[in-house]
Amino acid sequence: MSDHEYIPKSKFGKWFNDRLPLLTLANHLTDYPTPKNLNYWWTFGGILTFCLITQIVTGLVLAMHYIAHADMAFDSVEHIMRDVNYGWLIRYIHANGASMFFLAVYIHIFRSLFYGSYKAPREIIWIIGIIIYLLMMAAAFLGYVLPWGQMSFWGATVITNLFSAIPLVGEGIVTWLWGGYSVDNPTLTRFFTLHYLIPFLILGLVVLHIWALHVPGNNNPVGIDIKKPSKDTVPFHPYIVIKDGFALLMFMIVFAFFVFYTPNILGHADNYIEANPLVTPAHIVPEWYLLPFYAILRSVPDKLLGVVAMLSAILILAALPWLDTSKIRSAVFRPLYRQFYWILVADVLILGYVGAMPAEGLYLLIARVATAYYFLHFLIILPILGFREKTMPLPLSITEPVLGGSQNLALVKDRKKFEN
Amino acid sequence: MSEKKTNRRDFLFTATYAVGAVGVGATIWPMIDTMNPDASVKALASTEVDVSTVDPGKTITVLWRGKPVFIRRRTQDEIAEAKSVKMEELKHPEKDEDRAKNPEWLVMLGVCTHLGCVPLDQKGDYNGWFCPCHGSHYDISGRIRKGPAPTNMEIPEYKFVNSNTIKIG
Repeated sequence: MSDHEYIPKSKFGKWFNDRLPLLTLANHLTDYPTPKNLNYWWTFGGILTFCLITQIVTGLVLAMHYIAHADMAFDSVEHIMRDVNYGWLIRYIHANGASMFFLAVYIHIFRSLFYGSYKAPREIIWIIGIIIYLLMMAAAFLGYVLPWGQMSFWGATVITNLFSAIPLVGEGIVTWLWGGYSVDNPTLTRFFTLHYLIPFLILGLVVLHIWALHVPGNNNPVGIDIKKPSKDTVPFHPYIVIKDGFALLMFMIVFAFFVFYTPNILGHADNYIEANPLVTPAHIVPEWYLLPFYAILRSVPDKLLGVVAMLSAILILAALPWLDTSKIRSAVFRPLYRQFYWILVADVLILGYVGAMPAEGLYLLIARVATAYYFLHFLIILPILGFREKTMPLPLSITEPVLGGSQNLALVKDRKKFEN
Repeated sequence: MSEKKTNRRDFLFTATYAVGAVGVGATIWPMIDTMNPDASVKALASTEVDVSTVDPGKTITVLWRGKPVFIRRRTQDEIAEAKSVKMEELKHPEKDEDRAKNPEWLVMLGVCTHLGCVPLDQKGDYNGWFCPCHGSHYDISGRIRKGPAPTNMEIPEYKFVNSNTIKIG
């Protein structure tokens, strides 16, 4: 963060800024020193902000036409699709926007895992991020219930029933969540209310996420601490703004492809059948972005332990800054971690695949092995790796790998002294 | 104030906290309780069903409290099969006699005890029900035999009002 005091040029600006330092904030954001070696994996923060705003704006418009009532919800969604001007467009953007949001957040999370962005001093940024991710899953689930199709209804039934696994109070909690003895109108109205609320909670947490980020500044692909501002940094505007903007444009091409060419490919055909409490669809699957956790849930044969395993799979991420004992952030300098990282990526993809398949036979076996490995990675491999791994020497600055030397020649000469 | 004596101010603090906690609780509880089943939901708590048209070997499904209830008129073979199962083989041991007072009629909540899906009739490895969501198999008495569900399908409160009518709830 730049230490210099910002003074607006205009007289009015100065008068205003003395009373509410908004201009100081704007100046901080534009001048914010950013490592100059940030690659395109770092552009997903901006993309995610775009996704959140898109969901809020399209959601606002949809809420003007949607009716949260068990008898009318399904028809009101069809009304949006057929009668409302551009309703089809807004709804397809909102529905596919959820998937795009998760696509971006998974890339964002795995970037953090690769470059060790969760490590000290960025633990709070990371934990806020995990809370945002949890809220995103809640919002996505609640939103999926609103069209009141068969998948909506049975997805809501299955997920709310997860709470019945809690000993003693479980059944009472489920009845309370439903507002009745099954998923019904009272459930739908409260789900709509909460679906509307959560994005604003996320927005608030995003502000905290960015605030916490601006204290230590960005991590970077080499993962070393840098002096800010220095020759290793560039101001956020225009350098990062342009780069983020370009990446966003590329992302929007993918987004638009889904919206205009295959708007239903990520959904499920059964959700175009109105909710029927007497018939469960033959094959229930959650949305793609929840599949890995769904696979973990199903891989455990006990009801309570299955739910515990699924929740732990998410919450274990919050403990990651302390489970990973290595002081080296970037996987670039951790030859062993780099391999385990890619195994974890494959493991999560496998979990996602078997989560979409029937829970029997070979699929169940694969799901169990992959679930075991998931926990093994975080609970055993990462803590041990930090002590055992022989890491590669870190560069002394961002410029060193490029220019073959540090700005500080004395450091380069005596570099042995500075390596750990 | 070196003396460690309870004084007027300590008393006031404690009293304020206590009253404040009660006040916060009394304010929050109504909001939480509004989410519990309301009077109109509770009013629909019982249903009468005419079962005179159900043939042996058939199941009808009726809606009670928003949930499906299976009413199966079992054949003699099915009753014999349900009674022949040894208690040791069951994950949740319950005698068939305790589940179906009148052995010809099995009345139970058609809700899988795993995560609440509706199991399919005459499917699965035990000639009873099979839940398509996560693969729980139930026998002809609605008892869990295989899969993740922890308990047998629930038997609601019901009685025969006359020989043709069952009142559930």
